[in-house]
Amino acid sequence: MDNDSLKARILEIVPDVQQEENKQYLTLVVPAGRLHDLAGELRNTPDLGFDFLFCLSGVDYGKQLAVVYHLNSTAHKHSIVIKVKTDDRVNPAFDTVCDIWRTAEFHERETYDMFGIRFNNHPDLRRIFLDEEWKGYPLRKDYADEVNIVEF
Amino acid sequence: MKEIINLPVSKIEEEEYHINMGPQHPSTHGVLRLVVSLQGEIVKSLKPHCGYIHRGIEKMCEKDTYPQVIHLTDRIDYLSAHINNHAVCLLVEKALEIDVPERVKYIRTIMDELARIQSHQLWWSSFGMDLGGLTCFFYGLRDREMILDIWEETTGSRFLQSYNCPGGVMQDIHPNFQKRVHSFIKTFKKKIKDYDRILSGNVIFEQRSQGVGMLSKEDAISYGVTGPSGRGSGWSCDVRKNEPYSMYGQVHFNEVLRYGCDTYSRYMVRMQEMHESMNIIEQLIDNIPSGDYSAKMKAVIKLPAGEYYQKVESARGELGLYVVSDGNKTPYRMKFRTPSFSNLSVLDHISRDMKIADLVAIGASLDLVIPDIDR
Repeated sequence: MDNDSLKARILEIVPDVQQEENKQYLTLVVPAGRLHDLAGELRNTPDLGFDFLFCLSGVDYGKQLAVVYHLNSTAHKHSIVIKVKTDDRVNPAFDTVCDIWRTAEFHERETYDMFGIRFNNHPDLRRIFLDEEWKGYPLRKDYADEVNIVEF
Repeated sequence: MKEIINLPVSKIEEEEYHINMGPQHPSTHGVLRLVVSLQGEIVKSLKPHCGYIHRGIEKMCEKDTYPQVIHLTDRIDYLSAHINNHAVCLLVEKALEIDVPERVKYIRTIMDELARIQSHQLWWSSFGMDLGGLTCFFYGLRDREMILDIWEETTGSRFLQSYNCPGGVMQDIHPNFQKRVHSFIKTFKKKIKDYDRILSGNVIFEQRSQGVGMLSKEDAISYGVTGPSGRGSGWSCDVRKNEPYSMYGQVHFNEVLRYGCDTYSRYMVRMQEMHESMNIIEQLIDNIPSGDYSAKMKAVIKLPAGEYYQKVESARGELGLYVVSDGNKTPYRMKFRTPSFSNLSVLDHISRDMKIADLVAIGASLDLVIPDIDR
């Protein structure tokens, strides 16, 4: 499926998506509340068939925190990027997708570890690389660590 | 004595207990800790604890320019150092829409395949050693030495070369390069038969690996298990075939697929891949076109604002590079989707109800590199 028909199909499922400019992949920002529904549809609808979540990243855009899902269909060989964003920097939370793509379990733990984004219904949401006692979320842009980060 | 005999044996066997495998354990090949829940010697579940070698590479990248980032990518998966460098270079070249000279594409592809062979050689060595065949370790390291010597001559370094740079490679290949690669391939084609004689057809090895650690194709896709581990489950996930880069679109090679889904299949995929890699090198090594070894690049590289993604096939699977650029000379956000991280996530699933000795074989067949997990 090409990008235009992919977008049309997704607009059927979730009407209020925003497209972001990207030369490589079709990039859509979806409302956080609809993420889990959409993910299930993307995975289970035969002509979409996005069964491979090849990258899940957190991004700190300054005002907003975002989670970016790179999806690929192994049968149809098409790819798409789904983003969810939130303005809440104190208690950011999205629904987990690790019941849909199992690889998300580790990637979401990493995103929680580095950005402090919580994932509702995640089976084992703990820090994955840093100690449980670690203060703060290092990959956020406002993270300060005067001891370990030397500014030049 | 009587008391010991009268111990309720069944109760002891029912009880679940935990042991720590690692962080210092020869079969984890680095600092990884697996907390294994056991019932007798049967693995009931396991929890990997990562982070012992977490260096915050993604955070460091946000302070470094793109040519500097290349030196950090060496340290992610040190056995695929060339391939990781290649990913950064391809991403920068794609973003700036630069065409690199043909010569560069040839050199990079040959270097990538040499990296793949030496990575698989080291994997084979340690796989054998984990299962008790110490001879493998000496054989593998002996042959790997030839590739390291070739690299030393051309790149000046044996292990972490940082040979690729945006636009090309750091310096031209050494005049001896082609001759030595030929001599390596000639030698290794003979030696790899020994590999098969020692391990592949060995009865003990077959019993330790066949039917152990079953991973279905659906699970491989769901857990994102790429590379030879995914192809051992029959999943065609080779980035070199699906989204060819550099010379991979123009050389003939087979994507090695096995459908056994067990440790033995994952083993056989890697063994066959070494032959395919030699096949690719043979097609390219005599035809390296003359020309520049690097395109002209600006002194300061700034990517246009936007988001970019680049995949390459490293020796362990699909390495993805996700970059958010705000137009500055340093990336705003750089994420590495490393193959070992996703491959580790499946370890709990496929080692359940296996014996703890099988866990060693399964772990070895996933070919985990710990810095690649922790970054």
